[in-house]
Amino acid sequence: MKSLEQIKEDLERQFHGVGITIEGSSLIIPKEKWLEIARYLKDSPDYQFDFLSSVTGVDYVQHTEVAYHLYSMAPPIRQNADGSVLWRKSAADGLCPLTIKVRTERDGHMPSVTPIWRSAEYQEREAYDLVGIQFDGHPDLRRILMWEGFQHHPLRKDYVQEDQDREVGTFPKVPGFV
Amino acid sequence: MDYTLKESPTLETQMLEVNLGPQHPSTHGVFQMNVTLDGETITRLKPVMGYLHRNHEKLAENMTYLGSMPFTDRLDYICSMTNNFAYALAVEKLANLEVPERAQYIRVIMAELTRLVNHILLVGFLLNDLGAFFTPVLYAFREREKILDLFEAISGSRMMCNYFRFGGVKVDVTSDFIPRVRQIINNFPKFLDELETLLSENEILMARCQNVGILPEELAINAGITGPMLRASGVPYDIRKVDGYSIYNRFKFRVPIGETGDVYDRYYIRILEMRESLKILDQAIKELPDGEFISKAGALGARSPRNFKAPKGDAYGRIEAPKGELGFYLVSDGTIKPYRYHVRSPSFINLTVLEDMCLGQKVADAIIILGSIDIVLGEVDR
Amino acid sequence: MIFGLGVLKGMMVTLKNFVLSYFTKERLTTVQYPEERIPEKERFRNFPFLIYDEKPEDLRCVSCDICAKECPPKCITIVRDSDEQGKPLKRPKVFDIDFSICMNCGICEEVCPFDAIFMDHEFELAEYGRFEDLNYHKDDLLKSNEYFAKIRPQDAARIDAKLREKAKLKETEIRGHNT
Repeated sequence: MKSLEQIKEDLERQFHGVGITIEGSSLIIPKEKWLEIARYLKDSPDYQFDFLSSVTGVDYVQHTEVAYHLYSMAPPIRQNADGSVLWRKSAADGLCPLTIKVRTERDGHMPSVTPIWRSAEYQEREAYDLVGIQFDGHPDLRRILMWEGFQHHPLRKDYVQEDQDREVGTFPKVPGFV
Repeated sequence: MDYTLKESPTLETQMLEVNLGPQHPSTHGVFQMNVTLDGETITRLKPVMGYLHRNHEKLAENMTYLGSMPFTDRLDYICSMTNNFAYALAVEKLANLEVPERAQYIRVIMAELTRLVNHILLVGFLLNDLGAFFTPVLYAFREREKILDLFEAISGSRMMCNYFRFGGVKVDVTSDFIPRVRQIINNFPKFLDELETLLSENEILMARCQNVGILPEELAINAGITGPMLRASGVPYDIRKVDGYSIYNRFKFRVPIGETGDVYDRYYIRILEMRESLKILDQAIKELPDGEFISKAGALGARSPRNFKAPKGDAYGRIEAPKGELGFYLVSDGTIKPYRYHVRSPSFINLTVLEDMCLGQKVADAIIILGSIDIVLGEVDR
Repeated sequence: MIFGLGVLKGMMVTLKNFVLSYFTKERLTTVQYPEERIPEKERFRNFPFLIYDEKPEDLRCVSCDICAKECPPKCITIVRDSDEQGKPLKRPKVFDIDFSICMNCGICEEVCPFDAIFMDHEFELAEYGRFEDLNYHKDDLLKSNEYFAKIRPQDAARIDAKLREKAKLKETEIRGHNT
């Protein structure tokens, strides 16, 4: 059973020169090495993180961050004597979810992990649509929840809503309505 | 990706682009699919969503933690209790709150009743998509009404329950709760037997659903599919067993796993899951202890939400909702409002493989494949 | 196994449901509304109402503004009353709830420290005008304590006992203060 520090040392040993930090219970990985580390985390038999659960874009005003939550679905499966299956518990038991955060500047570019985990396809489109992070290598990066041609990114902290709803207590004078 | 066109040297044909538009009785809400057809066979399918986008995530940044609890009801508007459950779990992880025993049991009972409500609605509407015009829906809804009446007697509302609080539940259950749940547990299996006699051996259902919309196992894991869809493809992964959140590791229940991953498997797995939920309900009702229904810290937080501060940090809480893995990712900066609030919704991510499953099938099959994924637009668009 | 047996078995189920719906109440669950009504549940929550004890002038609300702050869609507007000199009183002058915004969540009832606002059971509230008609003012929202005890007997009994306790405690305090 590995701890976060052990994973950090292991990754730093595999990829020389990458500076990983631990913040709270998540790893901060620089974006230049992120794609290779992601492939390593998925394919290496120690980890086998083959299930990407959630991709979230967060806007801190000076920089933006993408948080990934990884789970592992492929530990050694044992068949009991009566043929029933022993429940898949995570290989890095007690470590799931592995939270990874990758930082970039406000209108910056990030490598897309869609070639590695396909579940990032729609979630990266949503992060692009709502927070404004560009993902390089995504097969089809366009807006998903807002309509095509919408100019702003709603989940940024400096987004001002264009058409305001009516103030509570005021009522528009619409002809035909009482 | 494209499906290869069959060569036809004598007849010159063209591809037809059809819009299975947002206003459609079978798309389970306002959901659009741009389909490119060769005759009747689908060669490309692009889903378009966002017609019900209400920017739930931005609303929660301006609201206290408790204030966005009624809004989580409206995410997956059929199963409101499990949405509340996932959100309460995420905030309790963030703020390190304890939940007393009785509240845990009540939460599990409500979650399993919600699973029954959701699966019976799906079985009804899948048959509606197939063309059995409303008879299975009527039988399903007759049973569903009994559970919704129970929700109304306990929490005040049939669908938008707003029942869970951080650290427990809002009010204690009434005195006739246990007899009513016991009545449901006794009557539901007979109803399920009748429904299975009506549906599961039906030749028309089998001919239309078997070997249609097959989802292979590796693609399912890679694309992040969760819930009954994943289990129908043969992957034994159920968050109730893997994470063991709340008190699920005290109950004995099995999890059905499918073989082929076609539409028939997805339908039949839900019938089996309903039977397993009844087993969990049976055990939970027998063991329901006395005690408090909310912890002290939670009661304080519910009385004055404007003073409930969460410590700095982030948390990701997930449950096995009836549709898949519902997760909430919360980032807090120490004030009474969350800094970032993100919903990992199962319906949204399960739609990634819609195109893969529909290639080479007919238009009518696309409708039932969409029906078997079990989407609710409130969750897809948030 | 003849081909088509599954369809025939299914048709027998439908026939059984059809025939038995003439005889058993369980299979025919239609309620002839509005002549017949389903009995009301006690905890059913629809829109809120303000409560007064004896006369509509002494309502329990002291205009503390907590429910307006906690309301998730912000549908409550409160303006505090003041007497002739301009000193603020513990009473609301304006208490508006916009029913077209209210989403019946019940949080205002939970957070009120003075037990002054509760959720009503009335749901037949259709209006013709879309905007002003659905904005309920203080006079439309006031209902008596007897009405509350009629629709929610258990909650009313609990709240009354609590208020009596509080009044008794205050009396002994004043008496102790005077002697």
